[in-house]
Amino acid sequence: MSHSLVLTLLIVLPGAVGVALLLAGRRGDRSAGPLAVATTLLTLVLAVVAAAGRGTVSAPFIGIVDGGNLELAVDGLSAVLIITVAAVASAVVIFGTADLPRADARARFFGYLLLFTAAMLATVTATTLPTLLVAWEIMGATSYLLIGYYWQRPGKTSAGTTAFLTTRAGDLGLYVAAGAALAGTGSLELAALATADGGWRDVAAFSILLAALGKSAQLPFSAWLSAAMEGPSAVSALLHSATMVAAGGYILLRMAPLLEATPWVATTAAWAGALTALVLGLVAAAQVDLKQLLAASTGAQIGLVVLAAGVGSVAGGTGQLVAHAAVKATLFVVAGAWLTALGTQHLDGLRGAARRYRGVGAAATVAALTLGGVPPLSLWITKDWAMAGSGGALRIVALVGAALSAVYAARLLAVVLGPGPQPELSGAATTPIGDVLDRTRTRGEHGIGTLRVPTTTSAVAWTLALVAVGLGVLGLPPVAARFTGLLANPGQPVPGFTELALPGAIAIVVLIIVLVRPTLLGPLSRGVLARWAGLPALLTPRPWLALARALARVDEVVIDRGVEGAATAGRGLSNTLRHADEAGIDRAVDAVAARTQRAARGIRDIDGGVIDAGVHRFANSLRRLGGVMRRPQTGLLHQYYAQALVGLGALLAVLLLVR
Amino acid sequence: MLLTTIVLLPVLAAGALLGLRRLPDRWVGRIWVLVTTVDLALVAWMWAGFDSDASGGGFVEGLQYEAKVRWIPTVDASYHVGVDGISMPLIALTTVLFLAAAIWSLREQKRPRRYAALFLFLQTASLGTFAAQDLILFFVFFDLSIVGMYFIIAGWGHGNNRRSALKFFLYTFLGSLALLLGFIGLFLGGEERTFDMVRLAANPPLEDSPLMGGLVLLAIGIGLAVKTPLFPFHTWLPDAHTDAPAAGSAILAGVLLKLGTYGFVRIAMPMLPSAWQQWAMVAVVVGVISVLWGALVALAQTDFKRMIAYTSINHMGYVLLGLGAAGLVGTADADVRVVATVGATVQMVSHGLLTAALFLLSGVLWARGGTYGFARWGGLARPAPLFAAALGVAAFGSLGLPGFSSFIAEFQIIAGALQAAPVAAILAAPGILITAALFLVAIQRLLTGPTVLTAAAGYGPEAGEEFAATGSPPDSTPATQAHAATHAERVRDPGAGAGTGVQEPTSPTNGGSGQLTGTRAGGGHFQDLSAREIVAIVPLLALSVLIGLFPRPLLDVIEPAASAIVQLVSR
Repeated sequence: MSHSLVLTLLIVLPGAVGVALLLAGRRGDRSAGPLAVATTLLTLVLAVVAAAGRGTVSAPFIGIVDGGNLELAVDGLSAVLIITVAAVASAVVIFGTADLPRADARARFFGYLLLFTAAMLATVTATTLPTLLVAWEIMGATSYLLIGYYWQRPGKTSAGTTAFLTTRAGDLGLYVAAGAALAGTGSLELAALATADGGWRDVAAFSILLAALGKSAQLPFSAWLSAAMEGPSAVSALLHSATMVAAGGYILLRMAPLLEATPWVATTAAWAGALTALVLGLVAAAQVDLKQLLAASTGAQIGLVVLAAGVGSVAGGTGQLVAHAAVKATLFVVAGAWLTALGTQHLDGLRGAARRYRGVGAAATVAALTLGGVPPLSLWITKDWAMAGSGGALRIVALVGAALSAVYAARLLAVVLGPGPQPELSGAATTPIGDVLDRTRTRGEHGIGTLRVPTTTSAVAWTLALVAVGLGVLGLPPVAARFTGLLANPGQPVPGFTELALPGAIAIVVLIIVLVRPTLLGPLSRGVLARWAGLPALLTPRPWLALARALARVDEVVIDRGVEGAATAGRGLSNTLRHADEAGIDRAVDAVAARTQRAARGIRDIDGGVIDAGVHRFANSLRRLGGVMRRPQTGLLHQYYAQALVGLGALLAVLLLVR
Repeated sequence: MLLTTIVLLPVLAAGALLGLRRLPDRWVGRIWVLVTTVDLALVAWMWAGFDSDASGGGFVEGLQYEAKVRWIPTVDASYHVGVDGISMPLIALTTVLFLAAAIWSLREQKRPRRYAALFLFLQTASLGTFAAQDLILFFVFFDLSIVGMYFIIAGWGHGNNRRSALKFFLYTFLGSLALLLGFIGLFLGGEERTFDMVRLAANPPLEDSPLMGGLVLLAIGIGLAVKTPLFPFHTWLPDAHTDAPAAGSAILAGVLLKLGTYGFVRIAMPMLPSAWQQWAMVAVVVGVISVLWGALVALAQTDFKRMIAYTSINHMGYVLLGLGAAGLVGTADADVRVVATVGATVQMVSHGLLTAALFLLSGVLWARGGTYGFARWGGLARPAPLFAAALGVAAFGSLGLPGFSSFIAEFQIIAGALQAAPVAAILAAPGILITAALFLVAIQRLLTGPTVLTAAAGYGPEAGEEFAATGSPPDSTPATQAHAATHAERVRDPGAGAGTGVQEPTSPTNGGSGQLTGTRAGGGHFQDLSAREIVAIVPLLALSVLIGLFPRPLLDVIEPAASAIVQLVSR
């Protein structure tokens, strides 16, 4: 098979199977699971082949300018990402077949999931702006459909709406970037952007940063991640590991040359990433809901990728992206397994969960230790590698953000490894926080759960956890060198042992402290951090709705009434004219007729009625003319317009004829 | 000859329908569908024979299927028709939408003969406007379309339809007077003294008198802005749509609004290039205001159909933004301006398909419950999954998701306008976010959540058939009977007092709130899309997706003409 065919199939296969499942509807429910698993596994094979083959594909799309085509290509960065995406998608789909209740609309679920995967695969191989934008926005729309999958349940659809609208707000940046590309380079090639003229390059770079921050849930867009947790567990496992949030980080790594050429945007990106790592790290540490904790930590970890792109550490950022994908997919799969088994995702309800379900528990423990940055596990290395190019205050903020990951990892571990629940502690009234009450309602919905974790789920969790651990080989200098070479990002130092030792030590110390005294985090959970530091308020639609209502009012009261007022005035004017008409012209006509009659009578008297009949006829016709002239004066405005039109036409004809 | 046949076939069929009095009513709809299908087939044939590589690209040279017959030689007005890459897609769109309207109206039981004849008449008027290459001919067809639509709204609408129809007529007719004034200005300003559009474009009048050129453009611009409609001349639109029958709305939004934007491309830009260049920024600003105003006001609507109507203003605003940017010759490269122009043209086609589908879907709501109010419906995805799927697809299309024709349009407009008018393009971009918000909110209200149905016994033409089939009406509670009684009154006296009965069903006179059936288990009755409704709606959505995924066949036709117009404007 040719390389371009493989690359085409990589996108088209999951996309087409996804669409077919959606079209099949409920009829496809039974075969959806196996079909989706087969498709993603085949996609994984295709991804490996495509990564080795480095093909390119081009299909005509938008014309006139260069780069309007749909174009895909695989380079080092894309190669790493397509394998990551396809692998995680396979794992998540397998987990989904085990986790999703049998009676659900499975064809719809796996259809969306496959379409979403295809969109992400196209995103990481796109070489032109139209391709990127197509894939990017379809990914956003399918994320809406996936988060709102259980549309029958209250709040799910609106959570999807929040996610879609927030990410689309960022997407506007890509539209602007496309305009800037056209203006600055005359083409829509992604690679050409770094060479754009003057100001257009700044516009493009900043716009792409905006799109990336939205997609990756960086500050100030972060809160949609929290809403996105309304989706099924498999959706969270996919959206928050290798796809969606990863796409923002990816595009910044892809556009590293553009960022390098636009230093102020690079600096902005670095700070946005570092601050997100800090703030969402704190938010994660404050959560009392497992999925919310993981969601916030996703934003924080991707923050380090964004930071890496800002400081030009492409290899480190990519390593962080991949390692985080494996770790976070593991944790979300386990969280989903517990949610199904125990009917809760609240930390209080998960006490001792890892002891109770040892298979997934062990996978979760390994993944959480990796997330916390404990040596010698993968994220310990990639985190530091990602921030290798930073210095000064930026480095300190990033280090604190990284240390916070040990805090929330420990919080998670302290709960699930701790003793099982006390009978009187289980139930709704453990904590008074509103958010918690909300979650316990979820618990009520899920009842006591199935109380079992399927073997499939354990296998998936273990596979992902092993990959997460295995990626620790990136710390070995020869592997790191090859990885850097693969990404064509030389010149960036791989952090040495001394640089790695300090954060590793911090991580271990923090982890132990929190594990020993987990109550230290209690106050955090009662503050604003538990409510995502007030970030959801930024996404409130209220001011927009208020503006919309005000404008609608103006539309109705000012503009429309204004028009109607003018029409009324016009009718009044025409009425006045009609009165003048009747009183003036019409009467004059009548008077003429009457006088003519009188004159006629006089003539008859004089002439003895010789031309009597003729005059009579003349008078009558005048009278009739008066009547005719009165007829158009109906007082109906539109008839006046029609008359005016005819008049204008006649006038024109006269003009032309006598010209 | 082919083009003339395409244009005149519908009106001839209309005459035949009215003439053949002995033809049974049930045949009327079928003949109507047959005629529109034949017309569509002829257009497909014409498209197949259309040479998109023809030199010139249209407007001045390269017009195809041209026909010219002397009409009023003293003013050099003639029956002159022809197509190029701008009019070809719009003619195709027109025949597609009229076929959809014909299929949709197969069960029309209220004076079906006159109804079909009016639509066929309207089809000729619309096709004639797009094919006309003579200003007088254009004007005649343009005005006839207003007359036809007036009778459709007044005769077959609901609610306050007489008033809305009159408002529509007066407003757009007044606009057409301004247009006529502009045409006379073009005639008098030209050296050749002709109404021939090709010759006026080849040798534009008033090039050396900026003041007169500006005034003539103003007259033409106002005339077309009313029709399009653009802010602030848009207030006739929501009323006309809300009270029009579904098929009428689909045609009004899908075809008639395009007459306005098409006029900008066909007349204002090539015949007044200097004035267009000089005043392009005004077009851009009006376009951006329409984009944002339409989107925000739509967001605030509580009535689904009114909301769709306002989104039309938003979508047409994008067209003006693209066309205005095409005129900013000094600030942007020619290629980039062509991209914006192509986008504007695709937007006309795309909006036609998607908005017509949305209006037909709103007609489903009306047929089932006699209301478009968001508060009167909920959770419809349960009883009507097909309706939900179609509405979801149409909404995603209308909000400009890639994979739909609207993306091809809006992407090119925003990207193509940025260089010419950076601030305007950046301000217009949030329009696609606001439309996304309003459509997602609409989906949320109508399709998800607890099922809320507005019971409407005996509502709509098909409801009666359904009850006949099942043997008894679905519910016979006193409230629905009261509602049925109200409905019966409405049938006797359409237009009078209907609004109060339906829109305020909770008023004491109408049997309390019994009509709102709040059920969780789908116990209410909401018939999912019928085969007829599917056949009318789904092809429109499929076409939009087809264009969205494989735009080349359409763009290959549009691009040469867009290049030509950008060149003509740059003179």
